[in-house]
This record gives sequence, C-alpha cells and structure tokens, in this order.
Amino acid sequence: MSTETLQAPVTSVAPPHPAREFWNYFSANRGAVAGLVVIGLVLFCALFAPLIAPHDPNLTNNAVFLKPPFWQEGGSLSYPLGTDAIGRDILSRLLYGARLSLVIGIAVVALAIVVGIVLGLVAGFFKGIADIAIMRLMDILMTMPSLLLAIVIVAILGPGLMNAMLAVAIVVLPHYVRITRAAVIAESSKDYVVAAQVSGAQTARLMFSEILPNCAAPLIVQATLGVSTAILDAAALGFLGLGAQPPTPEWGTMLADAREFVLRAWWVVTFPGLAILITVLAFNLLGDGLRDALDPKLKR
Amino acid sequence: MRCPAHKTGATMLRFILTRVSLVIPTFIGITLLAFFLVRLVPGDPIETMAGERGIDPARHAQLLKEYGLDQPLFVQYGRYIERVVQGDLGKSIVTRENVLAEFGQLFPATIELALCAILIALIIGLPAGIIAAVKRNSIFDHGVMGISLTGYSMPIFWWGLLLILLFSVQLGITPVSGRIAVQYFIEPVTGFLTIDSLLAGDIDAFWSALSHLVLPAIVLGTVPLAVIARMTRSAMLEVLGEDYIRTARAKGMAPLRVVALHALRNALIPVVTVIGLQVGTLFTGAILTETIFSWPGVGKWLIEAISRRDYPVLQGGTLLLGMVVMSVNLLVDLLYGVINPRIRHAR
Repeated sequence: MSTETLQAPVTSVAPPHPAREFWNYFSANRGAVAGLVVIGLVLFCALFAPLIAPHDPNLTNNAVFLKPPFWQEGGSLSYPLGTDAIGRDILSRLLYGARLSLVIGIAVVALAIVVGIVLGLVAGFFKGIADIAIMRLMDILMTMPSLLLAIVIVAILGPGLMNAMLAVAIVVLPHYVRITRAAVIAESSKDYVVAAQVSGAQTARLMFSEILPNCAAPLIVQATLGVSTAILDAAALGFLGLGAQPPTPEWGTMLADAREFVLRAWWVVTFPGLAILITVLAFNLLGDGLRDALDPKLKR
Repeated sequence: MRCPAHKTGATMLRFILTRVSLVIPTFIGITLLAFFLVRLVPGDPIETMAGERGIDPARHAQLLKEYGLDQPLFVQYGRYIERVVQGDLGKSIVTRENVLAEFGQLFPATIELALCAILIALIIGLPAGIIAAVKRNSIFDHGVMGISLTGYSMPIFWWGLLLILLFSVQLGITPVSGRIAVQYFIEPVTGFLTIDSLLAGDIDAFWSALSHLVLPAIVLGTVPLAVIARMTRSAMLEVLGEDYIRTARAKGMAPLRVVALHALRNALIPVVTVIGLQVGTLFTGAILTETIFSWPGVGKWLIEAISRRDYPVLQGGTLLLGMVVMSVNLLVDLLYGVINPRIRHAR
C-alpha cells in the first residue's frame, strides 16, 4: 500500500493562535495601544527614576524657590519643569512619584479583585444565607461614601501610604463583588449553564469554567478602571493629608503642598495633576482596549 | 405569561417588603461602624476629647462614668442605638451644637450641589451615550468616548483648582468660593439657595447663587457624567446586538422607534444601577469639591471635623450620610424591580 493515497491535500489555513487573535483586535484600537505605550513610559520612569531624574527628589535648594519651567522667563533647563516652594525639582519628584502610583494602583486592585471575585461568585452562585451575608456586608461598605469610608479607616489605622492603600482596597471591594454577583446571576439563568448543569458539570466547574469567563468582560473593565480609581483615591487621601506623608513625592501629596501657591506658581499645581490624569487615562484606555479585544460579543 | 392584576400587585408588595426588611441589617452595620469608629481610634476617648490641655485623673473617672464608657461594650452600643433612634447624635466638641441640627442645616447645600451635578451628568451623559452607541465608530462616538474617558480619569481636586484658575482668577467670571455673595440674605424655605432666592423674588441673589453653584456642580458632575455616558453606550451596544432588535428592524420598524422603544428600555436597567452607585461617588466628590470651593455642606464639615478631632461630628456625620446612601440604594433596588420584572418575580 502506498502512503501517497492516504494524504489529503491541505487546503484550510489553521485558525490563528488565541494570543495572536487577541493582539490583532487589540492593536487595531489606537487608543489602547497609546495607553499601553504611556503605561510603558510611566513604568520606565518608575524603574529608572534614579538614573533619569536630574536631581534628588527631596533635595531642597535655597537659591531656586518657585522657579518656573524652562520655557518661561526665569526658568532654566537644569530644572525643566520648575521648582516648588522649597526649591525641589518638580520633574524629579514626578518621576519618583510614578513609582508610588504604579505600586498603589496594582497592589490595591490585585487585593480587591481576588477577594471580590471569590465573594461575588459565592454570593451569586449559592444565593441564600451566603448571598445575604456577603451582600449585606458589601452594602454596608458601599453605603459609606468611598472617600469617607477610606478616611474613617485611615483615621482608625493612622495616616500613611500603606494604610491608605489598605483603606482604598477595602473601599473598592464591593464593586467587584457586586459586578461579579450581578453577572453570575444574569448568566446562571442562561441555557448554556443549565445545559452544563444537566450534563453533570460540578459546582466548581460551573462557577469557574462556565460562568466566570462570561463575566470576565465587566470585571476586566472594572479592574482596569480600578487601577485608576486606586491611584485617584490614594492621591485624594494624599491631597487631604491622610495618605502618603510629606516629603514623599506622591502626586496627591505634592498637590496638597502646592495648593496655596495656585495663584503665584501655576506649574506647581498643574504638573502633578497632569501626571495623575495621564497615568489614569492610560490605564483606562488600556482597559477599554482589553475589553474590546476580549469580549466576543463586541468582536466584528 | 401574564399574571392577573391582583397577583402582580401581591408579588410587588412582597418584593417591596423583602427589600425594605433587608435595610435592618444594613442599619445595624452602619451604626456598628459609627460606634466603633470612635472606639477604635487609638488612645483614650476622654483624653482625645480633652485635647492637648490634658485632664486630671478624678475628672477623667467622672467623665468616663458620665459618658458610660466604664460599661461593657454591648451595653454602650445598646445605649448608643437607643440615643440614635431618638435622634440624639451628641454634641460637637467644637461648637457645642447638636450634631443632627448641624447636619440638617448643612445638608441642603450638599443636596443642592449634588442634584445639580447629577442633573448636568444626566442631561449630557444619557443622550451622548445613546447617540455614541447608535452611531458606533463615528467621529461623534470617538469624541464622546475620548472626553468621557478623560472625565473619568480626572482627579477632581485638581480639576477644581484648574477651573478656579481659569474662570475665577484669569477670566473673573465666577466667584472662587462660598454659596452666595455676602450682601444677600435669603430666608431658607427649601434650603436650596437657587430656589429660595427665586421664591423671595430676588433675581440678583438668584444669579449670585447660580454663579457660585456652577463651577462646583461641573466639578462634582464630571465623574458621574463620564460614567453615565460610558455605561449608557455599552448597555445600548449590548442591547442593540440582541435578536429582538434585529427582529424589530427586520419587521421594518423605524430606526428611532427601535432605539427609543425597544433598546433604551432594556439598556436603562444597568444604567439605573450605575446612577444609583453614583450617589456614593457624589458624596465622595462632595467631600473634595466642598473643600476646594469652601462650599458650606456636610463634606467640608466632616473634613473639618477630622482636622479638629471632633469625633461626635465625625461619628454622627458618618452615620447620617450612611443612612442617606442606604435609602437611595433601597430606592434604586425598588426601581430596578419596577423596570425589570425578572428581578421582581425572583424569590
């Protein structure tokens, strides 16, 4: 018997690898790619801050109080974005601040999302006592205006960056629980879940491999928006004097220091806020791109 | 399948009662939080209240007994609940005013600000989200998404400072802080200065109140606006992809009718929830906005209470704000049941 007769001509092209397919969708979204690039830049600044910063972020210089940025009269290239009220280089402080903001955003969301998914799945899937207990607890957390709750937690724990991060993680937790639970309830009644249940799928399988992937889209949106929420809330706490303490170059804390100079030196107020806005915006753009690329319903 | 009218009514009543009864554990939780807030703060409460002046041991013991702080915790909590239910939230350490009365005086200012903010957010956000979804991938869609994403990303304490820099300092259009120019005195009727000034027939005062209100309302409305626009768009897109929309279109129904009648109604379900969730965001934003604009509302009052270590105010204010948000959440849940029969019938 010859082997040639058994060979079928290859006509169909293999489907693209899932990662490749994801990248195809993702890279078509210019905003998302821009977000990724900006996050890459912020990450670069954070990692190499000691190498690229022109000055020590905490070094005060009596000779250069409130020096304007280099393009304004009186500015110089040795302090490209000017100096603050006690002569510290604003650019250097912003670069070091990037470290703090990234750590805050990622740590807070990682903690909140892991706890949130588990609680949300349990509440939405098992219903009954577990649902009532978890959701009442979340309602209580949610009932408090988030910043007020964070303030209360910080008031109890004492001000500082770590306590502020913990407070923000507790505050954002209910969102993840509620979204997971709502999606789980919406999905549980759908035919494919019933079909999987009827064909004998076990509880853990139903929860994690049938329902959870279909709840992923809103969770991904929430998680990426969550990094920004975390950075914003931590900055707000810093602004109110309850987060990172001076002289830490945290962006919100820098804004608090700068507030009284708003009429005299626009740059001390403008740049830290701009840094927060750009970083947060980049995470939000990335989140949108991820959602579009991951959600099969939105695929063209 | 349609239920007979009386049966629907009974289901609705059962739904409402179930939801309302769920408020009780939340109420207990909030009171526990407020109760322990003061007790978890490091340090002795009497010494904290006495401040830096210090206090002699005899007076300390006397005050401890007077405030009931020598009793077991559950007895203290029981007494606290007893007082809360009677509306006694204690007195401010700084002003010696009743906390509930102070809250009542300041709360209308916060509500006025929050209502204007959410109104701005709804009037712009809903249509923008709907049009963006219907005209998906158009320039309008990209514009709305870009702007709302920027709005969502905005650190509002910075946004407020920038607006003050631009409109108050550079252009001199709006006042920097406060609720109304000092020369006007408006007898409070509703507590909303814009409405009260109109009721008093004082147009100048109305314009003054409005010009004070506009910047803080924009600042406070920015995040809800962005959230509402984004959520409306994504909910609309979801619904527009459903089979029944295709069916309606295939039947030859006018595009506007499909959007307004079929899509919007179902898309509004998640949107209503999101608007409900914005109430917390609004009060959070109010804390920052009121601080920046010196708006005499409960947010500024609470922040000042923290810096003055005025614990009765912090405790009472936390409790009262919690109650308000709890009530709004309850309303949203009920509304959710009204517009989505599937929730109502779930046991």
